[in-house]
Amino acid sequence: MQIIDRVKSSIKSRKFTRRNRSIGGDLGLMVLLGAFALFSAYPLIYAINNAFKPLSEIFLFPPKLFVQNPTMDNFFDLSTIIGNSWVPFSRYMFNTLFITILGTGGTVLLGTMAAYPLAKYNFPGSKVMSNIIVYALMFNSTVTAIPNYIIMSKAGLVNTYWAVILPVIGSTLGLYLMKNFIVQIPTSLIEAAKIDGAAEFRVFWTVIIPLCKPAWITLCILSFQTLWGATGGNFIYSENLKPISYALSQVVGGGIARTGVASAVSLIMMIVPVTVFVISQSNVIETMASSGMKD
Amino acid sequence: MKTLTSTNQKVEREKKVKVSFKEAWSLHKEKYLLIAPFAIIFVIFNLVPVAVAMGLSFTSFNMLEAPDFIGLANYIQLLAYDDVFLIAVKNTLLLAIITGPISYLMCFLFAWLINELPPKPRAILTLIFYAPSISGNVYMIWKLIFSSDMYGFANAWLIKMGIIDSPILWFETAEYILPILILVQLWLSLGVSFLAFIAGLQTVDKSLYEAGAVDGIKNRWQELWYVTLPSMKPQLMFGAVMQITNSLSISAISIELVGFPSIDYAGHTILTHLHDFGNVRFEMGYASAIATVLFLIMLIANILVQKLLRKVGD
Repeated sequence: MQIIDRVKSSIKSRKFTRRNRSIGGDLGLMVLLGAFALFSAYPLIYAINNAFKPLSEIFLFPPKLFVQNPTMDNFFDLSTIIGNSWVPFSRYMFNTLFITILGTGGTVLLGTMAAYPLAKYNFPGSKVMSNIIVYALMFNSTVTAIPNYIIMSKAGLVNTYWAVILPVIGSTLGLYLMKNFIVQIPTSLIEAAKIDGAAEFRVFWTVIIPLCKPAWITLCILSFQTLWGATGGNFIYSENLKPISYALSQVVGGGIARTGVASAVSLIMMIVPVTVFVISQSNVIETMASSGMKD
Repeated sequence: MKTLTSTNQKVEREKKVKVSFKEAWSLHKEKYLLIAPFAIIFVIFNLVPVAVAMGLSFTSFNMLEAPDFIGLANYIQLLAYDDVFLIAVKNTLLLAIITGPISYLMCFLFAWLINELPPKPRAILTLIFYAPSISGNVYMIWKLIFSSDMYGFANAWLIKMGIIDSPILWFETAEYILPILILVQLWLSLGVSFLAFIAGLQTVDKSLYEAGAVDGIKNRWQELWYVTLPSMKPQLMFGAVMQITNSLSISAISIELVGFPSIDYAGHTILTHLHDFGNVRFEMGYASAIATVLFLIMLIANILVQKLLRKVGD
């Protein structure tokens, strides 16, 4: 019903604003959009409902999408399991917080610092660096994992937070987006600040940083998403240095008896990045507007 | 005498380079200093590792003893004798050729359709489409949907409709594995490029549409081809790089959903092969050769697609 209403209202509003639209085409495309929205939302709705299902409803034939008798049992079970773990849960929480805050802060600060001169000036080496950044978008963390491990162990960084943080800071997607965003900032603003006698670093702090707010919010979100899901994998083996996502994935590893708890875990892992995105959606879209490659 | 002049010239030339380097430094010192912190981390943890992986691919290396140079032996073994790798290449390319273009078109199509909606529904649909790609391991829910017992949705529906009478073992049957991976990958694929397209569409100059209508554009498809796509070329290029890289690096969903190794290697990709030799067998030289091959495939695919995209709207 909602979809039909939406189509109606969009047709109504378009009559005055858009040309070149046929009602048949509108309806066909809206049906396609609705169908894919269902395909996209269905597993998410299922996952959310599963977290509140008692065990008897999770194993039910025929299976039901929506929960009949919602219960918080799965979350209580989860807190019991977590409460009994060898390392206190607050420790995992601290690890994730530490990794995420430092990693996100590092990405934004170092990324913006490097993006500003590359976006606004021509100097020896600037072209080469810009090209390397574009090609480095293709580097895959699995491809670099082996040499990275060797480098980390030589530098004595294995089994520290830095092993997770530094590769994320060094990835170029954030710098790339930031650079394209800064290109749009009017050069006259920078020059005005320089005439007032500001040095490059001052221009950076007083002009660039404040004007880049949408972009640094976007960078925060992208690196937050990466770091929130990081399990530490091959780089961290001390139990008391592991992040939440690792602890939670261990809980899920308990097999079929923990299906309910696993759904609760999935919901928690999902709700945090999704909420963060909802809060900042408009900033992200604004930044992405400048993400294009100009040959 | 001759050697003396040549060394003199050499010294002079070096001086010149040095001076110009010095000049560059004194002129642009602050710029280099701003870039330096990022550049150092990027080079150590991103650029050097790629170079090292390429170097190690010509050696035999097990992490305990020093690497031993063996020339092209890894590549010969990989391309001529490793049957499983050939299966992995076949699966990876098949997954990429199907999910790459489809996901790219989906990203654009849905961004384009969403763009015509009023702001509220637009925000809601953006969230619904984007959510799967940021929701961590929520894709594990597909394991329940395609569960091998009759509590899974897929089996339950097929039984209820009378199409089958006993549950299908989805993840244990080789022929179903790739289609399921494609489905899940498509579900996950509306990520950063999707957002870039939405943003790109919002910045297209509105007066271009008016001008187009005056110039005789008759329907939405002509408008799309002659006005919208050319104005969005930069975003289209960026989206292509992201989608190509993603569709060629499918591995986590394969390992989590269909297991490692999968039945008959039906879900084996280049990255899971890399995982096998790098994380299980510790044959790092060989694993590096696999990584290098994957990197080259990505590079070639990107160059080809970028060339293709330059032609859009011409």
